[in-house]
Amino acid sequence: MMHRKVVLRVVSKFLIPPILLFALYVQFHGDFGPGGGFQAGVIFGSGFILYAILFGVDMAKRVLPPWSTRLLLVVGVLTYGLTGVAGLLLGGNYLDYNVLAHDPLHGQHYGILIVELGVGITVAAAMITIFNVFAGQTGGD
Amino acid sequence: MTAFYAFFLSLPYAAAIEPHLPVLQIVIPLLCAPICVLLRHPRLSWMWATAIIWIAFFIALVLLGKVLASGLIIYEIGNWPAPWGIEYRIDAANAVVLVIVTAIGAITLPYAKTSVEKEIPEPRIYLFYLMYMLCLTGLLGITTTADAFNLFVFLEISSLSSYVLISLGGNRRALTASYRYLIMGTLGATFYIIGVGMMYMMTGSLNMADLQTLLPAVDHTRTVLAAFAFVVVGLGLKLAMFPLHTWLPNAYAFAPSAVSVFIASTATKVAVYALLRVVFTVFGHTGLFETTGIDLILIILGIVGMFAGAFVAIFQTDVKRMLAYSSVSQVGYMVLGMGLATAAGLTGTIVHLFNHAVMKGAAFMAIGAVFYVIGSVKLQDLAGIGKRMPVTTAVFLVAGLSLIGTPLTVGFISKWQLVQAALDHGFWWIAAAILFSSLLAIVYVWRVVEVAYLKAPPEGAVRREAPMFMLVPMVILAGATVWFGIDGDTTLRIAGEAANALIGSVPGGKP
Repeated sequence: MMHRKVVLRVVSKFLIPPILLFALYVQFHGDFGPGGGFQAGVIFGSGFILYAILFGVDMAKRVLPPWSTRLLLVVGVLTYGLTGVAGLLLGGNYLDYNVLAHDPLHGQHYGILIVELGVGITVAAAMITIFNVFAGQTGGD
Repeated sequence: MTAFYAFFLSLPYAAAIEPHLPVLQIVIPLLCAPICVLLRHPRLSWMWATAIIWIAFFIALVLLGKVLASGLIIYEIGNWPAPWGIEYRIDAANAVVLVIVTAIGAITLPYAKTSVEKEIPEPRIYLFYLMYMLCLTGLLGITTTADAFNLFVFLEISSLSSYVLISLGGNRRALTASYRYLIMGTLGATFYIIGVGMMYMMTGSLNMADLQTLLPAVDHTRTVLAAFAFVVVGLGLKLAMFPLHTWLPNAYAFAPSAVSVFIASTATKVAVYALLRVVFTVFGHTGLFETTGIDLILIILGIVGMFAGAFVAIFQTDVKRMLAYSSVSQVGYMVLGMGLATAAGLTGTIVHLFNHAVMKGAAFMAIGAVFYVIGSVKLQDLAGIGKRMPVTTAVFLVAGLSLIGTPLTVGFISKWQLVQAALDHGFWWIAAAILFSSLLAIVYVWRVVEVAYLKAPPEGAVRREAPMFMLVPMVILAGATVWFGIDGDTTLRIAGEAANALIGSVPGGKP
């Protein structure tokens, strides 16, 4: 069915890489401009969802199998949480970024980048998982 | 407790870890929960959850010891000072709740192992432990935080995970029960956050201590009045205060046994604590508690809830549902104590948080064990269960006596405290209501006892006890029901300190 809709497929193939790239821009430019982990995660996830809508969930699952999204969910949360723990181990309070680098300004910068990366990974993985569960009705695995 | 704190300080690295305990209490279960997804193996995830939650219990005991020894603990997340950053504050009131939640969480886990293996399909068992740890994290977070918005976030963590836990129940009606709880719980959380939003609008702060000082200046405005109403109703939904309790019976009845034990003993308790905190700390310096007449409303709703819950419980044929309605009734006692708004009344509420957690935990464990062995919790199927499962039934009996409020059980301690608090006020009719509602409890407990002991077991029924893993935790809880019923001094003293921590800062508060 889908392979007849050539226009959609070709256009989406053009669009998906910029969508993913834009997601990364929103992610890593988030501390200077509008954006951040949540928005970036949603945009990143929507790139995969667009692919799944046009080429089928099975194809999408070959790109990103369910075990990998499940792993990413965990990795994202742990990235966030362990950044906080790193603050503890370096002698600060939980989520204290000041101690992450030689001076507080850089520390704050690194801290928020890593934490937002964790948010982005989890949100993207959650988006894709939710879509897969509803589209596949197979319980996600 | 203080001895326990001293023991902790003698451990290696204790001095380095000690200042961070308030946040470790939350962070350890929060970050260890996702690991269950990587483990996947049912037995491994059980062992992992057990290790983590017992550590959390240990931390809670140390924190309580520290609070009793040296008073308020303040922890600034990310080292940002209070009105700007999120702050965790632990005083006697929330240290007690932390101990209740982690103690029940820890004691339920050995029980959960056997029970869950029977009731939940194997591929989903790791999800159970994941959600269990997240639910515990949420409840601990609500208890620890001193930030009104942060409380909402933890409220959502605990709620979302408890919806999942309830829906894991074997009966298909667990799904509708969970869905109903989801709708009502979301309403409650939304109301709460609307209230917080209004407070933020008027004061520009989300920190509870900060709100306490800023709110009195604007407490004549309709916005703050509306905020108060939204917050009380929202949390009232979460704690199943009488007319807002409709989600509770099915949620408790159709959840897996271990989930019923855990949620019935912790979730509503934490919501009661949150309401106490909002009413007596956040709005503590405003006159709203008296001028709006909410104290009288709470007293009346508490009493109506005591009777309505117990009355409906009498007519249940499903024992789990009966216990659920009994919870509605018991929550009524807590709300009543809150409405009295004296140190004695709040002591009654707080001591009942602990006492009810212990006895309801034992009761739900016993009935879960019956379900494990005979596969039913219908009253007619329990004929002669006292002869078939003597220990389990004895545990149920002890818990039932405590629900009634028989002397030498914890139920008596809290009811006695509440009666005294009511008489201090000169409210003899409240004291009478407490006694009469206990009579209703006799009826519903007796219905089970009659079937269990006086009816003959069905033909061919063999004597078979629940497995050891289920038996030991419930015997411990039943033992605690009696132990703290005989020696009520310790719990009453700590609850009294907790009540003073809540009410002490109220200028118009009646000591």
